[in-house]
Parts: sequence; structure tokens; C-alpha cells
Amino acid sequence: MTFTREKDFGTPEKHGETVSLTIDGQQVSVPAGTSIMRAAAMVDTAIPKLCATDSLESFGSCRMCLVEIEGRKGYPASCTTPVSPDMVVRTETEKLRKLRRGVMELYISDHPLDCLTCSANGDCELQDVAGSVGLRDVRFGYEGASHLEGCKDESNPYFTFDPAKCIVCSRCVRACDEVQGTLALTVDGRGFASKISASQDEGFLASECVSCGACVQACPTSALIENTVIEKGTPERAVVTTCAYCGVGCTFRAEMRGEDLVRMVPWKQGKANHGHSCVKGRFAWGYAQHRDRVLNPMVRASVDEPWREVSWDEAIAHVASEFRRIQNAYGTRAIGGVTSSRCTNEETFLVQKLIRQGFGNNNVDTCARVCHSPTGYGLKTTFGTSAGTQDFDSVEQADVVLVIGANPTDGHPVFGSRLKKRLRQGAKLIVIDPRRIDLVRSPHVEAGYHLPLRPGTNVALLTAMAHVIVTEGLVDEAYVRERCDGEAYGEWAAFVSEPARSPEAIEDLIGVPAADVRAAARLYATGGGKSGGRGAIYYGLGVTEHSQGSSTVMAIANLAMATGNVGKPGTGVNPLRGQNNVQGSCDMGSFPHELPGYRHVSDSATRALFEADWGTALDAEPGLRINNMLDAATDGTFKGIFIQGEDILQSDPNTTHVAAGLAAMECVVVQDLFLNETANYAHVFLPGSTFLEKDGTFTNAERRIQRVRKVMEPKNGYADWEVVQLVANAMGLGWTYTHPSQVMDEIARLTPTFAGVNYDVLEQRGSVQWPMNAAAPEGTPTMHIDHFVRGKGLFVVTDYVPTDERTGPRFPLLLTTGRILSQYNVGAQTRRTPNEAWHAEDRLEIHPHDAENRGIRDGDWVSLRSRAGETSLRALITDRVAPGVVYTTFHHPDTQANVITTDFSDWATNCPEYKVTAVQVAPSNGPSEWQKSYRAQAEQSRRIEPAEPAE
Amino acid sequence: MMSTGERLAYMAGQILRNFAVKGQEAAIAATTDHILQFWDPGMKARACAMLSDPDPALPDDVRAVFLRVQANAASA
Ligand code: SF4
Ligand code: SF4
Ligand code: SF4
Ligand code: FES
Repeated sequence: MTFTREKDFGTPEKHGETVSLTIDGQQVSVPAGTSIMRAAAMVDTAIPKLCATDSLESFGSCRMCLVEIEGRKGYPASCTTPVSPDMVVRTETEKLRKLRRGVMELYISDHPLDCLTCSANGDCELQDVAGSVGLRDVRFGYEGASHLEGCKDESNPYFTFDPAKCIVCSRCVRACDEVQGTLALTVDGRGFASKISASQDEGFLASECVSCGACVQACPTSALIENTVIEKGTPERAVVTTCAYCGVGCTFRAEMRGEDLVRMVPWKQGKANHGHSCVKGRFAWGYAQHRDRVLNPMVRASVDEPWREVSWDEAIAHVASEFRRIQNAYGTRAIGGVTSSRCTNEETFLVQKLIRQGFGNNNVDTCARVCHSPTGYGLKTTFGTSAGTQDFDSVEQADVVLVIGANPTDGHPVFGSRLKKRLRQGAKLIVIDPRRIDLVRSPHVEAGYHLPLRPGTNVALLTAMAHVIVTEGLVDEAYVRERCDGEAYGEWAAFVSEPARSPEAIEDLIGVPAADVRAAARLYATGGGKSGGRGAIYYGLGVTEHSQGSSTVMAIANLAMATGNVGKPGTGVNPLRGQNNVQGSCDMGSFPHELPGYRHVSDSATRALFEADWGTALDAEPGLRINNMLDAATDGTFKGIFIQGEDILQSDPNTTHVAAGLAAMECVVVQDLFLNETANYAHVFLPGSTFLEKDGTFTNAERRIQRVRKVMEPKNGYADWEVVQLVANAMGLGWTYTHPSQVMDEIARLTPTFAGVNYDVLEQRGSVQWPMNAAAPEGTPTMHIDHFVRGKGLFVVTDYVPTDERTGPRFPLLLTTGRILSQYNVGAQTRRTPNEAWHAEDRLEIHPHDAENRGIRDGDWVSLRSRAGETSLRALITDRVAPGVVYTTFHHPDTQANVITTDFSDWATNCPEYKVTAVQVAPSNGPSEWQKSYRAQAEQSRRIEPAEPAE
Repeated sequence: MMSTGERLAYMAGQILRNFAVKGQEAAIAATTDHILQFWDPGMKARACAMLSDPDPALPDDVRAVFLRVQANAASA
């Protein structure tokens, strides 16, 4: 593929009745509301333009796109003039050319003419337009040219703003407003003196800017440009691929020069992101080339020894012989593995296949255990399938949005931007979260209700909302009668109607005024107070990571069913997934009780299908979950583990428990990009590959399967799926895959919901949403349309069972945890990029009242202690958190917030209770003893002895 | 920290409490079913072994659940 920019139609797509008109003698039919500019572009007539681009509403300021319309006076701007029936338009006449040249002269007279040395040379719209209007001379002279020379803003680590190159088209300002919704930019001054500035001239880094890159992408010149383009030059080819950070699943054009990645540009045809991105996917990919990446396999007999670099052959043979040795000595079930939500569907499928087919047991689990396993349990029980019900586009039709335990602007930024756009259009918002997340109040967005409940009381609050809905007659009875199990509904309705479940009865427990709970319930149930209004629920880890995680998911499902809000656009129950392929790794059979497609291992028909295909008998008993594997290891019955792309030591609760479990094993194999924290306890390290180095697919939070495409050779020699195959074959499994597409064919063959999925279809359509099969040949954007997957929707009585983690005199505060925009999960990738500029350390947010009581000032080192352990970090005093609640992120290993978190977990799935820990906070002098000794151990265990030179 | 046995008894108790609104008999049935579906054979065996352990720490309802798990294992 040679390099071309994605086509720009100038103004956004419209959906109306068809209108026909004539442009330059050509008959054109387009939807009503389409601009003349877009209609022309649709028949490949490019009208010159500067201030218009199709990601933004037209603005009409540059006067470059003038056209003539028969029967109309003057020269209207084609970007702001909609088509009308039988219009006759001319885009090229002598008069128009003259007018355009005049406009162009004005622009150029104020623009430095150093095109040859400009970093955007060859990729500049100003240059192109000057060429296309035939500009040959500038009558006004070039005096204006350099009045802003030397005022570059280079504060942002990823892009540079050069006002000298700015033509003040305001595309950047509008991109920040309309697409991103941050409103960080303004146009100051007028005429020749006007200029763009970030948050009243603070410079980009210090401003409100979240570095999403929308302005850079919108800029027609080099005024806003990626630093990598300045360094490496303009790209020469582009490959479409999918972001490997979060569950939004933005697609990008990876723009390359040879094997060198120049920039990632969000793909406008991407159905999850429609051309938008956040700082992580757009800019924070430098970790792929980071010098910390381990590129050679390594082995050691014990974790006290330094690592020894070995050949791939030796490493693989060692893994296979160790696993077989352990099974011979301790039994078939003494080993297991962990799949990665960062790896592709194909890789995850192969890891669980290795375990079920090769290890002969079901000891496979995934990091989704620690995030969304309650979603799996809860939605399967109530609706019949473990997945969100909608696509992201659905939010455009929602009239009221309930966000609970999620922080979309930080955790799922591109979805956050779309949500904010809908809210700016007037949809109502309810936020249920102990902390005042940004969404509660941001430019032009204000939540109708923010219910800042006490951490751990989600179920009580949601049941109180149900109480209001049932007792005030707000149930959609026709829907419930037709779509849901009547008996279960009756039991549930009687339960929630009891006076003990009313908002008044639980006011003290949850810490939210009853009147607010009532009002929020009414707002949701009445579709934002609009007749026929639609209500959508979005939730995140603040729902699942509790000892009542599964109950909360079911309580959410109950609310949605009771109000008829499942089965159509604008409604639904939508889990926001953390990592990029959480949905996919769950779909692919990463849980110990389920084969791919969420089918229980005890189901003999399903097992027979796999047994026939794989030529082995499969274990009919569920396997161990991660935490049970660690327990079993401490007990001496579990001895070996294969961990792909996960850092369980840092991401799983109660670090000391995890460390003890790992230390008790005889063979810990870690496959990753970096020597992560878990690798400190590993005996074999297999280098991993990045998403840029392999083919495969990811499935995002809307069940959308999208291609990941290899743009460069794996630096470590093999893609991750190839490494799994090497291990499998060393264990005698005889796999013969030569491309991940064959793995997808196998998945489709064995999984009814994936029957219609293959790489050819993905190539043609860009992406599809499962289920995709004979019953749903186009895939499934909205689930449960006519009936629930399980038949009748099942209301489940969700009793509020408080956690056993209690505050008391020694631990009077509640700690809850979260994430922030610029960092990702345990931070292994983002910490190795300039994203550190925004978040160099984890901080403890504490209310001024609690801080004052303890003599803590902003920025002080404090110790954070729970029943499980102690760590220290610096305080950040803020009223975002309520008195009695403290909050931190867990992106940095030095903090090890999970030293603090306990062993309590969700009753149904053992998803750890990260969101509630009783703690005490006190002033301290710096890192705790534990942190220091941990650091020392980590450094000790990371030593590498270089390989002896080959003979 | 809890021993593995204590943890299994704790987990069973936690599941029971979440089903308790159904009434005791239904809660025991639902918990048994849950354990059969989600616990690995080693955990189930360990739970059954605790039945003959003289340690009195096993609450009655948890004991009832483990007895049914045992009965199920015997019939399977
Ligand atoms: S990078 Fe994004 S947030 Fe920052 S100014 Fe540009 S559009 Fe606004
Ligand atoms: S920085 Fe770029 S997009 Fe913004 S006004 Fe200047 S030329 Fe236009
Ligand atoms: S929103 Fe998520 S998927 Fe999109 S660019 Fe950011 S991290 Fe990547
Ligand atoms: S492109 Fe139409 S006025 Fe600028």
C-alpha cells in the first residue's frame, strides 16, 4: 500500500431521504442535509477547502470553498450550504478560480514559505490547496510571514504547536470542543493578530489538554504536528490495526516509513472510535521499542540465581520437560496457566487449548478474574450471555445515562468523549460513584444527580432504586410480561417493595440522601423524563470489584429489565472493559469452568465437539481459579504455571499471598515484553511480542471483533501465538498453524456464536460483532432484540450482604482504587513512554477534613496501612473524595497498592474486592520497610548473565 | 492468613449468605449447585475431607452443603 491520507469529505455524513442534484454536469444522489461539499466529494470532485474537515461541523470561515448555484446570487460556501432537490452546482469557473486565488494570497502572505524544509512537506492541505487553485504569486508581499516565528510550544511530549504555521482555521479549537469535549483551546485576538492558545496561554502541557491528538489530526498545516513526524519525516505507507490498550478498541492507521512506525492516526472508518483516539493509543506506543524489552529467552534453576540467556530451543524444551516432570511427580492437575487480556483472541484460544488438550486439565484462568468475572456470571444468569448488550453508537440515542462505578473520561476516554457529546446534546446523566469523577462536572456537562455512596453499598442503593421504580408504578409492565420470567419478577418485585429496601431505610448505610435516590430512580425509569425516552447503563470495575460484584451486576440487569431498557438502541447494560481484549479472552474459554463460547465443561455434547477436533479426552471437572491456584501452591499441590502477558504479582490482590504462592512453585513460566514483577518469581522467561508485531484479532467491549495487523517483524523472533505453538509441540501436541487466521477458523468451527467469523469477512467489513452465524448473518450490534438469549429475562433477588471488610478504630477509612487517563493498568507499557509527564507516581487522595485531623499537608509522604499490609505514597488533598474515603491508583510498582488490598472477593466469582479496604493513614518519612526490601529483592532477581558467545 | 480449609469453609459460607433470602433449604441447594459448577475437584475433595475432620469450626449450613457435595461425588 502506498501512502495516501484517508479521504476527507469536508463535512460529516448525514442520514436523510435521498436528494438528487447536478454538480459540474454530473447527476448526484445524497441524503438530505448533506453539504454541497460532501456531495461533490462523493463523486470525487474535490472543492478546495481549508476550514472544513469531515470530523467537524462546517464553520464557513475560510471562503475557499465557494461555488456557483444556478438561480442563486453570489458565491455561497459549499461547506455550509446543504443540497436541495434539482440544484445545479458549478465548482470550477473562471470567477471562482479568481476568488479562491485571492483568498489564498491572503493566507500565504501571512505564512512562512519554507515548504521544502517544513515537516509537513507533502502532507499539508495549505500546500495542496495553493497548488489546486493555481497560486503563482502573492500581491500583498510576505511581511506578515514571520511575526510569530520562534514562539513554538513544545511542552507536550508528543506534539509541537508552531503558531507561525497556523492559518487560524480553528479546526483544532473545534476538534477539541466537538470531538474530544475538553474545550482546552481558544482563538485569541482578531484578524492577522489572532492566534490559538491552550487554556488562556498556559501552554499545552499545563493546560486542560488531555493530549488526545484530535487537534493535531484536524490541523491542515504543520502548525500542530506529531513530534515523530518532525523527527522521522512523513510516512510512506499505512496499515490499519487496533489499539492494544483499552476495551474501547479504537482502530488506527499505523503510518510507517519502512519498518519504522512514524505515527498512529485514528481510523475514521473504525466503528468503535470513528476517527477519534486518546493519548494512549495515539501516542504512547514507544514502549514497543523500549530498551527494557527482553528479547532473548532466559532460564534459571532458582529465583535467587541471575537469569541465564538461552536459545529458544533450549527454553522451550526446558518448559515442556519441567511441566511433564511435575505432572508425573504430582499429578495431572498440578499445573495450569493464565491467559492474557492483552493478547489476541487467537493467542488466548491457543493458551487454553494448550492447557485443556496438552496439560489435560481445566486449570486456566485469566486476569478478567480480577476485573469482569462478575459480569460474566451476572449477565449470563439474567440475560443468558456474558456480554454487553449494545454497540457504542447506541449512546447517541440514549436520553438518560446511568454511569456506575466507571470513570469513562479516564478509563475509556474515546467512549467518554462520545458520551459527553450526547450529554451536550441534552441527554441526562446520573453518576453513582464514591468519588466525584470528571464527568460529574465538566465543560457544558453536568450530572443531574451524583450519588456519592459509601464504597461497598452498590447493591443496597440499586435495590432502593428498584424499590422506587416498583412502588411508584414506574415498571414497564407490558415489557416485563412479554419478555421476562413472570414468577421470578413477582418474587423480585415483592422483595424490593419491602419498606426495609426503601431509600429512606438505607440512607445512613449508603450515605446518600433518600430524596436524591428517589429522584435519580425516577429520572432513569422515565427515560430522562421524556416520553418514550431511553435509558442506558454503563458500568465498570467499581461495580465488579466488590464482594457483591455479581449481585451488583444482576441488580443492574434487574433495573434495566424492569424499565424495558434492553433490546433496542439507546438502552442496555454495558460493561466498560478494562484491557483491550477482556471480552475476547473471556469469549475464548479462559475461565476454568467454561469452554470457548461460555459453555460449561460438564456439558458433554460441547466437550465431544472439542474432543473430536482435538483428538483427546477433556476433563469434565472445572479447573482452578488464579487465587485457588495460589492457595493450592502454598499447600504444595500446585507446582507449575504458564503466565502469558499478565503481571499477577502486581495486579492481583494481597501481594504477599501471591508472592508466597509463586515462591512455592517449581516452574513458573512468564511470557511478557518486560521483566515484570511476577517474573521476579519466575524460572523461565519467554520474550513476548507487541501488537505491532503480530496478526490476530481483539474483541472490544461492544463484542466487536477487529483485526490486529503486523506492521513489523517481532523483535524477539516470534509472535506470541508461535511461542505457544512451540511449547505445545514440545509437549507432543503436533499443532500445524501457519497463520492466526487458521486459529480463527477453528474457533468458528467449534463456537456457534462465532460461526460466521473469518479473516475474509473481517477484511471486507472492517469489523463484526458476535453473535455472527446463520441466525445473525450480519453480526449483532444490539442483543436481545425480540427475546433474551436465555429465553425469558430472569429477575434475580439480590440481597445486600455487606462485606466482611469493616472499618473500625484501627482502620477507620475506606480505600477505593481506580485508574487515570495517561496510565494503563499496572503501567508496564505507559510507564515506559513520555506519558510519565502526566502521572509520575501514584498519589493518595484524601479529604481536607481527614488530612487535617492527621496533620497531613498536600504532597506529604503518608503511610497507608490495612489489615493486609502497609505501603507509603504522597498525599493529594481534595474534596473529590468524601470524608472517610481515600482513593489511589495502582499504576506504579513502587507503590504496590495491592500490598494493602485484602483477600476478600466476590461471592460468586472470587473477583477480588479492590474497591473496599479499611485503612489507616498517617504521616511518614518515605517508603516503608516493605517497599525497600521489595525493591532490593526485585533488583536481585532481575540480574541477567549474558549468554556465552557461540562457538 | 486463612488456611485453605478455612478459606473453603469461608467461601461456602459467603455463597450461602448471598442465597439466604431464598430460605435455608433453597440456599443450601443453590450453594451446592454453585460449588459443583465452579470448584475444582481438589477443592471439592478438600471440602468433603473436612466433614470427617473433628475440628468443630464448620458451621451447620456449610456442613450441610459439603455433605451434598460429597453425596454428589459418590453418585457421579
Ligand atoms: S490534544 Fe486533544 S485535548 Fe489537547 S488541545 Fe488537542 S484536542 Fe484538545
Ligand atoms: S493550529 Fe492548525 S488547526 Fe489550529 S487554527 Fe492553526 S492551522 Fe488551524
Ligand atoms: S480509548 Fe482505549 S482503545 Fe481508544 S486509543 Fe485510548 S486506549 Fe486505545
Ligand atoms: S471550507 Fe468552506 S468556508 Fe472554509
